[in-house]
Amino acid sequence: MNSPATTTADINTPLNIKWSLRHRSTLVSVGLSGLTYFIAVVACIPLFSVLTMLIWRGGQHLSLRLFTETPPSAFAEGGGFGNAIVGTIVMVGIAALISVPCGIMGAIVLAECGPESRTATIVRFCAKLLTGFPSILAGVFTYASVVLVTGTYSAPAGGIALSILMLPIVMLTAEEAMKSVPRKMREAAYGMGATQTQVIWHVILPTALPSMLTGVMLAVARAAGETAPLLFTALNSNYWIIQDGQQALMEPTASLAVLIYNFSGVPFKNQLELAWAAALVLVLLVLTVNLCGRALADSQKHY
Amino acid sequence: MPTPAQSPHVSQSNSMVSNHSKRSPARTSPTFEVSVVSPPSTTDVLVDRGFRGLAYVFAWLTIVLVCTILYEIGGHAFPAIQEYGLSFVTQSTWDANNAQFSVLPEIWGTLSSSLLALAIATFFGVFIAIFLTQDFLTPRVERVFTTIFELLAAIPSVVYGLWGIYIVIPTIRPIATWLHEHLGTIPFFSTPLSGPGLLPASLVLSIMILPTIAAVSRDAISAVPNQLREAAYGLGATRWQVIPGVVLRTASSGIFGAMVLGLGRALGETMALAMLIGNSNQVSLSLFSPANTLAALLANNFPEAGKVEEQALMFAALILLAITLGVNMIGTVIIDRTTRRLTGGTS
Repeated sequence: MNSPATTTADINTPLNIKWSLRHRSTLVSVGLSGLTYFIAVVACIPLFSVLTMLIWRGGQHLSLRLFTETPPSAFAEGGGFGNAIVGTIVMVGIAALISVPCGIMGAIVLAECGPESRTATIVRFCAKLLTGFPSILAGVFTYASVVLVTGTYSAPAGGIALSILMLPIVMLTAEEAMKSVPRKMREAAYGMGATQTQVIWHVILPTALPSMLTGVMLAVARAAGETAPLLFTALNSNYWIIQDGQQALMEPTASLAVLIYNFSGVPFKNQLELAWAAALVLVLLVLTVNLCGRALADSQKHY
Repeated sequence: MPTPAQSPHVSQSNSMVSNHSKRSPARTSPTFEVSVVSPPSTTDVLVDRGFRGLAYVFAWLTIVLVCTILYEIGGHAFPAIQEYGLSFVTQSTWDANNAQFSVLPEIWGTLSSSLLALAIATFFGVFIAIFLTQDFLTPRVERVFTTIFELLAAIPSVVYGLWGIYIVIPTIRPIATWLHEHLGTIPFFSTPLSGPGLLPASLVLSIMILPTIAAVSRDAISAVPNQLREAAYGLGATRWQVIPGVVLRTASSGIFGAMVLGLGRALGETMALAMLIGNSNQVSLSLFSPANTLAALLANNFPEAGKVEEQALMFAALILLAITLGVNMIGTVIIDRTTRRLTGGTS
């Protein structure tokens, strides 16, 4: 053993933990951190660019007549896309009517009836596959199985195509929502002698409702913006869904997304401006529903 | 924790009542024995059975749906499969007038645009995932950024297409022209960018799959046990020695899963590509030349297709279905395995 002074010196020499930019590793670290901030900011640019362009180019032409008139022909002035808004709402409504009951009932099996059963495993796998299912193929499938059978392009066909895309989102989020209901609540109900159905109806569903609603809203927001499944199921139309007191549900139906697509490539200024305005309306609609769903989910977390 | 009461019902609740009465004999009274707990009535049991049966029926509907999709598309494509066979994927004509159909350029365009988009989106996505998980931000700011990146996915595809036509193409045209003029001998830059083309389509596509890749990689990175990171920091490693050396290495299979899922998204994406890629049936190495994808082919040709072309399009849809289902299946399996390994191994 040497004197205490040397010992401290020996320990001190390798342990040089002072923060200094002169160390190569520190310099690299600072540089890469800066790069990370830079990349994160760059990745935010598209969202803000899209939003500002929509507000700038679409906002100029925003007026009440857009919501009350039907699309103009090529050289005509004015016009609106009221029928397309109605069409989008009707078709998303049909899609929700189909996918929400199916999705939630399916989620009950996945979360409650037999989470580990073979049925549940296969259903979960199918649902995950459907989340990555190309939207255009939902259109192709619906064309083959609905449009060819009924012999006409129609709003229900569009709704069915959208429901295929909504189903997995609704089902998987509802499953998560039900699984996050505390086990104690479940067991308390079972302990009272409740049947599984009673537990599901009186405990699980009411408790999980807000989170399930979030899932439904996210699915609605996605479906409202989909174009590809509607291209050859609902097609497009220049008329209202109820025209002169006659309903035209089994006729081609307009939607905002298809209208934007059709007008995006045209050389006519008026139609192009309508496309921008329609895009603004569509994005506002989608973002509102989406953000409401998120806010609902966030408000749940405080409990 | 004591073992939780798994199966409920009368016997158990009765035993709980008697236990309770044993502990406090003073309160034992006839009224206590008549409890509100009663066994389910026959109706309750029947309703229960019926409801659960119904739930299973709905669950099976999902499986039936997937099978029907395969059957319908496969069935409608069958005549075209018999007619064209393998030459459908090796030749490059799409001529409705002479009933000559083949999709080599579309397959090439689908793969090249998706892979290019995947490369860009992975680079950004992994950095964003690091940004959101490795203590760069306070939790509140982190939430704001997470929402921003998730909203990128909420913007409809057709709006991205519109934005791409009027913003992205004019923005990158000068750069593309410069590259073509100065480096035109490299095959990637061998044609000028006249308007729609592979590069603008891939750029927009990469923005659209970025949220998927960022979110799934973020989950993979947050699943890395904290002890590993802390041990590395404790050894005196800097943040950027820990991130590639420990965090990314541990999360690598999850990030790979994220890439595969992102690729699946990109392969099936339709509208933005149909508006931006130029719909031209050619196989070209150049980033600036127009191309086509399977999904865009379907979107553009299906509405006006005759009977024979429709069958050929169904064949193209079947190929797209096979590619995306395969890629998604691989991605799902990889991610399931990774989560099981990371959550199973640490607790």
